[in-house]
Amino acid sequence: MATPRLELKGITKAFPAVVANSNVSLTVMPGEIHAVLGENGAGKSTLMKIIYGSQMPDAGQILLNGQVMQIRNPKEARANGIGMVFQHFNLFDTMTVAENVWLGLARASLEQVTASIVAKAAEYGLDTDPRRLVHTLSVGERQRVEIIRALLTRPELLILDEPTSVLTPQAVEKLFLVLRKLSSEGCSILYISHKLHEIRELCTACTVLRAGKVTGVCNPKEETNASLSRMMIGAEPPLLEHHECKAGAATMVVKNLSLERDDQFGVDLHEINLRVCAGEVVGIAGVSGNGQKELLYALSGEDTRAPHGSVCMGEADVSGRDPAERRCLGLHFVPEERLGRGAVPTLSLAQNLLLTRTESISMPRCAGGWIRVKELATHAERLIEHFHIKAGGPNSVARSLSGGNLQKYIVAREIDANPKLLIVSQPTWGVDVGAAAQIRGEILRLRDKGCAVLVVSEELDELFEICDRMYVIARGKLSPSIPIAEATVEKIGEWMSGLWSNSAASEAHHA
Amino acid sequence: MDSYALLIAATLNAGTVLAIASLGLLINEKAGIVNLGAEGMMLCAAIAGFACVVHTGSDTMGFVAGAATGALMAAVFGGLVVWLNTNQYATGLALTLFGTGFSAFAGINYVQAQIPERPDFAIPYLSDIPLVGPALFHQHPLVYLTVVFALGLIWFLYRTRSGLILRSVGESPESAHALGYPVRWIRMGAIMVGGALCGLAGAYLSIIYTPLWVEGMVAGKGWIALALTTFATWRPARVLLGAYLFGGVTMLQFHLQGVGVEVPSQVLSMLPYLATIVVLAFISRNPRWIRINIPAAMGKPFYPGS
Amino acid sequence: MHKLKLEARSQPSQMWSYASPVLALVCTVVIGVILFSLLGKDPMKGLQVFFWEPIKSGYAVGELLVKATPLLIIALGLAVCFRSNVWNIGAEGQYILGAVGASGVALMASPSMGGWIVVPVLLAGVLAGMFWAGLTAFLRDRFNANEILVSLMLVYVAVQVLNFLVFGPWKDPLGYNFPQTKTFEAITRIPRLFAGSRVSIGIFFALIGVGVIWIFFFRTRSGFAQQVGGLAPAASRYAGFSSRRALWTALLISGGLAGLAGALEVAGPIGQLTPYVPAGYGFAAIIVAYVGRLHPVGMVFSAVLMSMFYIGGELAQSRLGLPKSLTGVFQGLLLFSLLACDMLVNYRLRWIALGGPK
Repeated sequence: MATPRLELKGITKAFPAVVANSNVSLTVMPGEIHAVLGENGAGKSTLMKIIYGSQMPDAGQILLNGQVMQIRNPKEARANGIGMVFQHFNLFDTMTVAENVWLGLARASLEQVTASIVAKAAEYGLDTDPRRLVHTLSVGERQRVEIIRALLTRPELLILDEPTSVLTPQAVEKLFLVLRKLSSEGCSILYISHKLHEIRELCTACTVLRAGKVTGVCNPKEETNASLSRMMIGAEPPLLEHHECKAGAATMVVKNLSLERDDQFGVDLHEINLRVCAGEVVGIAGVSGNGQKELLYALSGEDTRAPHGSVCMGEADVSGRDPAERRCLGLHFVPEERLGRGAVPTLSLAQNLLLTRTESISMPRCAGGWIRVKELATHAERLIEHFHIKAGGPNSVARSLSGGNLQKYIVAREIDANPKLLIVSQPTWGVDVGAAAQIRGEILRLRDKGCAVLVVSEELDELFEICDRMYVIARGKLSPSIPIAEATVEKIGEWMSGLWSNSAASEAHHA
Repeated sequence: MDSYALLIAATLNAGTVLAIASLGLLINEKAGIVNLGAEGMMLCAAIAGFACVVHTGSDTMGFVAGAATGALMAAVFGGLVVWLNTNQYATGLALTLFGTGFSAFAGINYVQAQIPERPDFAIPYLSDIPLVGPALFHQHPLVYLTVVFALGLIWFLYRTRSGLILRSVGESPESAHALGYPVRWIRMGAIMVGGALCGLAGAYLSIIYTPLWVEGMVAGKGWIALALTTFATWRPARVLLGAYLFGGVTMLQFHLQGVGVEVPSQVLSMLPYLATIVVLAFISRNPRWIRINIPAAMGKPFYPGS
Repeated sequence: MHKLKLEARSQPSQMWSYASPVLALVCTVVIGVILFSLLGKDPMKGLQVFFWEPIKSGYAVGELLVKATPLLIIALGLAVCFRSNVWNIGAEGQYILGAVGASGVALMASPSMGGWIVVPVLLAGVLAGMFWAGLTAFLRDRFNANEILVSLMLVYVAVQVLNFLVFGPWKDPLGYNFPQTKTFEAITRIPRLFAGSRVSIGIFFALIGVGVIWIFFFRTRSGFAQQVGGLAPAASRYAGFSSRRALWTALLISGGLAGLAGALEVAGPIGQLTPYVPAGYGFAAIIVAYVGRLHPVGMVFSAVLMSMFYIGGELAQSRLGLPKSLTGVFQGLLLFSLLACDMLVNYRLRWIALGGPK
């Protein structure tokens, strides 16, 4: 039997609050595309950081091509033929592609690097202009830069961390072609994901992690989604209760909203038309960085530059109103960033209620009103109990909660306000499966009570699961809406690249 | 006409103090560090350099002492900011408050001290050219070295790999760390170099420019040097230009007094500070313009593995 | 082999947030003792001068409070700024302007006026301080100019404004050409609490300020909004709290309070406008604010402590023959030590074994 390219033996890594990896072993053969499957928080990223040298294990061995290795930092990892494509790109916005790649390589000159970028790009069909500034690139193009940078170190083992979360379905296929070509050339690939169908399509071996431990090693091609899911979360994914959609009157209407970017690195919005009705969940799909942030801020009121009459709630023109005023009209918003936007990390859960809730405020005129501290704590306590949030109590600071629990708390805070319209951005991003299912369930229950819900997400699966209708955003433009029954992954995928026909626009106008 | 030549000469002289300090702060900021301790470092370096010259009689030793003092104080700042993750603004402020007190304390016996007369600095032949000679070629060697250094810095920042790495640390320390660069050591190095340059500027002030020691003699030049990096939108060449411009404003106040303009001297003394405020407001008024030029991680702490 | 490692705590340590200023003081004292020894002075004498002399008699305590009052008043305002992430470091300038404003009114008073004149005197100080801080707010708001640099530059300008007035238009014609105004009329002077001590009713202003600022921070929604802007600007935008309002509020409150401190000082202990009005209180108050944890009650203690440093510095000069600037050295050291010790609030120090897996 051939020597494995990479072998991990008994890797253990503990953090103060959690054991991220416990006695993890893993074997990758040359040319193998090996999946590491696990839900958020299962310890996949820590394991990859250990292989790439940015974290040191507490115990265990790493063998590369049969040799025991000590990988102390990413430079050593690269020198030993390990390349990595991060989920959060390590790119520098104000520098050119070539400079970014240069920073990831050991030596050579900028001219040589530029030449080899062009060569690699041609070889693998990863079209890239080395002279462009990174902040002018789309997210997909940035990933290409990351991949080229990794490939230029001539890796024998390439690690990709959740690479498809930023890609359209069509771009995923293209990426898979690149990965299969690499594998056929003998390069081993470690593919981190929580998407079952991708793993079954691409990978020939799979190690499943749950709560830091290996819970299964298998050939994914021989498994079903259900069996993989059992290994990953110990159960089949919880099913959602779906009722028929009874859409009512329009709660929010956006008419011809065009908005120039406020930020050098932002996106312009072009003639956005959007309608969300009471009692329906409307989704906006799209690859990140296509104007979602800008649109959300214009809807929530953080950006009040929208032209007169372009954003209306019922009869009221809210385009110039700030978030607090829109909240009074029943618009509540769950932002994408939990820590720092949705919640103040260093303040208690109770205090964080005050960001969007005013129930515990009396005498509303003087200095914004008096805070009734006891009621505030009771209120927070009630939310923690009702939504089964794991927290030390209303006085624990926001940053002490796990991602899933904090997200549940923020969603709970907004749902508890009985909104007329709830806007949620990335409702389950980085959240464990249990919490995700609970959050989706709450969203559907809210809809059934007659609330209008707008969900912006990069996870197509999620949108297909909870939406009644869908829009797609691409390059600052919004597609016409499409009922979920008519939407297919292929069609939405095409739209995500901005390719929707205008005929579709007229036909979908009734919604 | 001669008085204008002298004005230009004095401008270059005054501008050099600002330029050296500001280029040092620029190096800090390119690595994502704002050191509000510039004023304190310059003060301590000024007295250290001055005292050194009083005792050794050697200007060079004075400059070395000044630079070393600056670097040492910057090392304390860096230790706190880089390794203990303290707030950069508060720590820099502490450095300035400490430096103000300490320099006054240490300099108490040097208030009346004299340092030896030094020979006239002049570049042979060039300095004999009428007008241009006295204006440009009667300067201390450091004045010319500063220009050379600024050119070298441009080359370093934009033409070398090390410069690129330094900028990457100021742009996104997280990414630089993930690529395997020792972000904290790089920041520490930048802080020390910046401190040494601020120290050199302080020493130049007390040894060459005035040359004497007065309590609080830096008189806000450290803060103006900080403002200059914004003024220059973080480009070394513009830092140099801005420094001479402000040197000119400082000198203008003496020139106007000399010419006998009927303005209260206090109003003239306000000029450099008012000019700083006006220029700062003018440059900063377009947030986008600042945003595209400012090192993105400036003033932000970095602690790996959190 | 072992190495010291910082480990983030999931909750900030309550214990250390109280203990850290104390530890910082201990560190400062230790460094002070070493410094005294190096200078060939008896360290015990040094400690006595700084920590015992200022509290050993009723009069001494009174002097302690006279200096603590302006420090506390200014620090209260700065705490509002720093909690809102507005870096107003030009309180010294606002203090000077407050003194100038109060003097302007006080110089117009005639002996025949009633005691009510004190009110406009103080009010003029508050307004002048607010105006000076308002300049910084305006330039930040309208032109995005960095408030650290602008507020600091305005200190230098304020000093020149003061000098211009006392060397020029406001110079006492009967003052033997000294650069100072005439002594204010008795009627404009801030009432003293009791005879034999220089403590004035200013101390009540300070204590009322403590209560008001405490309520503002911890019991009003505006105060909450103000602090969210400092802790997490994005969360503040999300909630719809106006950052412009926070900026203006912070600077006007701190400017007004610094101005009040300046007014209380010229119309109180000093009694005339002189070039020696700026005593560095505006800068020392920054340290007071930090050492007091930006907490109104904490700042009462740190203001007294900082006042001890001032008095200790003066005594060190007269008793031990050391320069007065020693005060500044210790103030700086205290802030340094505090910043270093504060790390223990959010991090835990741990020795960890090096050498990788065994």
